[in-house]
Amino acid sequence: MKKILLSLLLALLPVVAHADEGPKLDHVRIDLSDRASLQRGARIFVNYCLSCHSAAYLRYNRMGHDLGISNQLVKQDLLFAGDKVGDRMQAVMPAVEAKKWFGVAPPDLTLEARYRGTDWIYTYMRSFYRDPKSFSGWNNTVFPHVAMPFVLYGWQGEQRAVFSTRKLVSHTVENGKPVTEVSEEKVFDHFVLAKPGTMTPKQYDQSMRDLVNFMAYMAEPAKLERIRVGIYVLIFLAVFLVLAILLKKEYWKDVH
Amino acid sequence: MEKLIAWIDDRFPLTKVWNEHLAQYYAPKNFNFWYYFGSLALLVLVNQIVTGIFLTMNYKPDAALAFGSVQYIMYDVSWGWLIRYMHSVGASMFFVIVYLHMFRGLLYGSHRQPRELIWIFGALIFVALMAEAFMGYLLPWGNMSYWGAQVIISLFTAIPYVGNGLARWVRGDFVVSDATLNRFFAFHVIALPLVLVALVFVHLVALHKVGSNNPDGIEIKKKKGSNGIPLDGIPFHPYYTVKDIVGVTVFLMVFAAIIFFAPSMGGKFLEHDNFIPANILSTPLDIVPLWYFTPFYSMLRASTTDFTHGMLAVSTVLVAGLAFFTRKGAMAKVASVIIAAVLVLGMFTLEAKLWGVIMMGSSIVLIFFLPWLDRSPVKSIRYRGALYKGALTVFVISFILLGYLGTKSPDAVSLFLFKNVLWAQIFTLVYLGFFVLMPWYTKIDKTKPVPERVTFK
Repeated sequence: MKKILLSLLLALLPVVAHADEGPKLDHVRIDLSDRASLQRGARIFVNYCLSCHSAAYLRYNRMGHDLGISNQLVKQDLLFAGDKVGDRMQAVMPAVEAKKWFGVAPPDLTLEARYRGTDWIYTYMRSFYRDPKSFSGWNNTVFPHVAMPFVLYGWQGEQRAVFSTRKLVSHTVENGKPVTEVSEEKVFDHFVLAKPGTMTPKQYDQSMRDLVNFMAYMAEPAKLERIRVGIYVLIFLAVFLVLAILLKKEYWKDVH
Repeated sequence: MEKLIAWIDDRFPLTKVWNEHLAQYYAPKNFNFWYYFGSLALLVLVNQIVTGIFLTMNYKPDAALAFGSVQYIMYDVSWGWLIRYMHSVGASMFFVIVYLHMFRGLLYGSHRQPRELIWIFGALIFVALMAEAFMGYLLPWGNMSYWGAQVIISLFTAIPYVGNGLARWVRGDFVVSDATLNRFFAFHVIALPLVLVALVFVHLVALHKVGSNNPDGIEIKKKKGSNGIPLDGIPFHPYYTVKDIVGVTVFLMVFAAIIFFAPSMGGKFLEHDNFIPANILSTPLDIVPLWYFTPFYSMLRASTTDFTHGMLAVSTVLVAGLAFFTRKGAMAKVASVIIAAVLVLGMFTLEAKLWGVIMMGSSIVLIFFLPWLDRSPVKSIRYRGALYKGALTVFVISFILLGYLGTKSPDAVSLFLFKNVLWAQIFTLVYLGFFVLMPWYTKIDKTKPVPERVTFK
């Protein structure tokens, strides 16, 4: 009986194991209570990303309110000409134009952190490398042949990707005879900073952490509120539970 | 006050209803943990309806606007995020509760005579709930919503001759589109909630007609005091109302903890691929239904050609064997031969996909027959023998693992030794075997004597 209950409970736990073959992602620490980081991230996002990508589910003044930036400052530093403080954060470049330039319309990024995950964005932003064969001159190990050119190369500098080769041996049967095929596969090994940028690698990683932190906020502004409210709700319910148990005990005294 | 009640009673059976269903509805006094889930299911139903009403106020059932309107609720509507999380987490909790509620039935024989109709109404609620959840899942118009609906509706195409037309009729288009979204919205917010509420009503009416079962699986109405009240019965109100308040509070704590601290449940309650809008040109890497459908999804995927042929061959032999060895009359023999012939014919004409749909369908249809498949002289697991206890344990483990495998690729090895699809086939056989073999193993099971009165404390 207890075993059945236990196994049922275990089944309700979220399954953590995730065995996808993808690029190895670096972990980034998300901390929504780090306001300074969120503000720095917002500045990077508005100045660099928002030129092409929208974040159209979020409004400027909501962002200002949540991040502790006054409407006055939002207007001064973060708004594009013609936008109002209550507007949604739309890309400067019209999507139709962007599609002409890049081949695809840059996706809206409001929910990107919940779609791809923060580790993915963090690793992606640090994985651009020079590739003369590609359309934009840039390629990415996390998102191969991505249409996006590397906007922040001035900060990070130019990376070169070093690949190693891995032998792939496959055994198949053809016409009743075993056939062994050996092919070589290029596997990404590491990056070399060919031309340094204006930031040291450490500073660049720190900036990307700020950016991803902001994108995590942007993907769910309610998270700031829900954790705070949740604690009060649970405290209330815990107190209520004690009273409910006492009430039940009082009534059930006379059941024998 | 008394005058007012008298005035109402002359016109409406208020006191009568109150007494019959609460104050003088005598429930066994020995309910345990498993008996909380009935009232909790009702609570979550109300939660879904109320939060659903508020969501509808800002949601737009339009393929161009739906995704954005859900984000509008999350970003701009006051407390919109809370209402939406209550609804989305509530959907998952509904299934948790309903699965536990059904498991309670299997534990204590709540499906047995005279409660067959309660069980059947309950099984109908389960089917309606699955339809409700499936249609509701399309409404956010995320990419996983979209492709999930695409895959499930395409199951209809497995039906020979009429399948394609039927799928087109359900979608209202050649692909899942605005027309599909609109009709799913209509079903999700009007048709199915009405059906659900009506079914819950008759489920309760049937329950109150025969009275509740209990963990001992004995009828308290058989032992009544001189006043005509069952000796082991206590009035539902106030005893079980105050007890259920405790259960409700504990549940609300779990519910609130998920809503406020892990509303997506790591991608299990809200999937990552549903944070981008539906896109007919981009299929998610793995199309996986939400966790509560994955056991059935596993069974669907388990039906490879070899597996269905093997199963059909074995069942044909069994049914044909029945024709020769049955002690029943000529009619039974003829019926067995006809069924065997149909199975053989089906094996050579129908494709594996259709058999997968039939298998998944029968896994739900079998639930309806449970009251008649169970031949044990006792109801409660407390007095059943090792056979039923073993069967139930293996069944529950299989169901959970089927659910786990449903979230994984069939060709991967997620457990050990075998590929997922082979494990899914094994567990599917266990699931079906639990029902099909039940008349046999419950009959020969060694049971213990049942006490006269319920055990309490």
